[in-house]
Amino acid sequence: MHIFEFIRPSDQAAAIVTAAQSKTAQQGADVRFMGGGTTLIDLMKLNVETPDRVLDINRLPLDKIEASPDGGLKIGATVRNSDLANHPRVQKEYSVLSQAILNGASAQIRNMATVGGNLLQRTRCVYFRDTAMPCNKREPGSGCPAITGHNRTLAILGASEHCIATNPSDMCVAMAALEATIHVQGQKGPRAIPFSDLHLLPGNTPQRETVLEPGDLITHVTLPPPVVGSKQLYLKLRDRASYEFALASAAVVLTLAAGRITHARIALGGVGTKPWRSHEAEAELIGKAAAETIFRQAAETAMRGAKPQTENRFKIELAKRCLTHALRTAVAS
Amino acid sequence: MSDKDFKMQPPDPTRRKFLLTSGSGVAASLVAGYIPALTKSDAGEIDAAPIADVPNIEGTVPIALRINGKDHQLRIDPRTTLLDCIRETVALTGTKKGCDHGQCGACTVHVNGRRVLSCLNLALMHDGEEITTVEGLGTPEAMHPMQASFLACDAYQCGYCTSGQIMSAVALLKEPCGPDDASVKELMSGNICRCGAYANIVEAIQHVRKRLM
Repeated sequence: MHIFEFIRPSDQAAAIVTAAQSKTAQQGADVRFMGGGTTLIDLMKLNVETPDRVLDINRLPLDKIEASPDGGLKIGATVRNSDLANHPRVQKEYSVLSQAILNGASAQIRNMATVGGNLLQRTRCVYFRDTAMPCNKREPGSGCPAITGHNRTLAILGASEHCIATNPSDMCVAMAALEATIHVQGQKGPRAIPFSDLHLLPGNTPQRETVLEPGDLITHVTLPPPVVGSKQLYLKLRDRASYEFALASAAVVLTLAAGRITHARIALGGVGTKPWRSHEAEAELIGKAAAETIFRQAAETAMRGAKPQTENRFKIELAKRCLTHALRTAVAS
Repeated sequence: MSDKDFKMQPPDPTRRKFLLTSGSGVAASLVAGYIPALTKSDAGEIDAAPIADVPNIEGTVPIALRINGKDHQLRIDPRTTLLDCIRETVALTGTKKGCDHGQCGACTVHVNGRRVLSCLNLALMHDGEEITTVEGLGTPEAMHPMQASFLACDAYQCGYCTSGQIMSAVALLKEPCGPDDASVKELMSGNICRCGAYANIVEAIQHVRKRLM
């Protein structure tokens, strides 16, 4: 592990001033905020992350879950995944988020992992994690061996010729379907980022994963007021029953009136280079009578642009069945 | 098997103590070199030295850790994980290093009463917090009910994952968990057992839950 200075900033302002001295907030950052450590310490041990300074933000007052003035929910950046998933309002009004979190990682990791850290969770691509191999995300311009190599678990949506790494987060898929807003405090003051604008597609800069700049500290996430009467479901398909990343997952939030779908929010996990909101699939559903053919149609539409790699063609049909089953189950609930 | 067979003998001398106290052997000097904060007391027991006695090696920083109710004043490299600090600096070796990447659960300890993976935490993040390791749960003479249940149910083979399994299982008692075996399996999925003692582990946990709830 690279040698670093461990700093516990006295307040938010001090944390931001120090972090702003980093040359980037993306891959290669020389200053990193430390939340639960579940991604960062793992990658520091692998020398994939080599910060010179680590800012421990765990004792900043960012650990509250509160009602927001509009009737939604305000979730502090250092709230632990287990506390969020087991919060009574989240379980009742935003159950897709609770389900997604409880389907991820293990009980120990959920006790550690923070909301802010989970938003910035890094890919599990084996080439990214192995410094002996080329990787455009880790070392821009070095190449992507995954395209001709081990790519069974990698992305079929949003990839580029430079990177096909999957975003591994479950929480983010639910956040996408719930249309969360990410609140950041930076050197120039606070700003709010719609969830769908936080993550970037790899394009020809896969080392750049989010819109965050040096000094940007995620302080909290807000969820809009709950969709009254909505049916919510997170379905995750994986190689084993627990403690495994998704091959395909779906988060659905639906409302029905007289058998017709009046509101639909759909996001997919395990298949995209970022948490994958499908506006196209939502449009297929809205105004239609809830029926198997419509669910399958929405799934076909969601995967229309899918581009398989050598080992993961199965993911296209898997993701379609995942979404179809999630819609069917949610409607029947 | 008689009751007598269940009695665990105090683990003395341990392999580690043997290495540390076996005089001028190469193994002794090598291991001791990795454990700068250890001293040998008159009784031959290994204790963490008071901070004043710990050599101030360049690059190390002071830290106060409270482990199993005992305060430790230490100096560590900032890169030291909580796991390595517990095992190598404080010499509490009940907590095991399996994968060292958060994938196996062998290193599970409690921080402020909640189970975490000590391999994915820096020791410095836990300055002043309450840490419990398997040594803090019970003793061979007065075992925690979960330790006794693991023993009674034969919930292990090689034993390497066992302290992590037990730390997880004890924490689970206070977590939201359905009454059925499937719920227990889901909440224990972060603890891998390569011997495959899972069925007996679930049984051991359910025995304790039924008795306590």
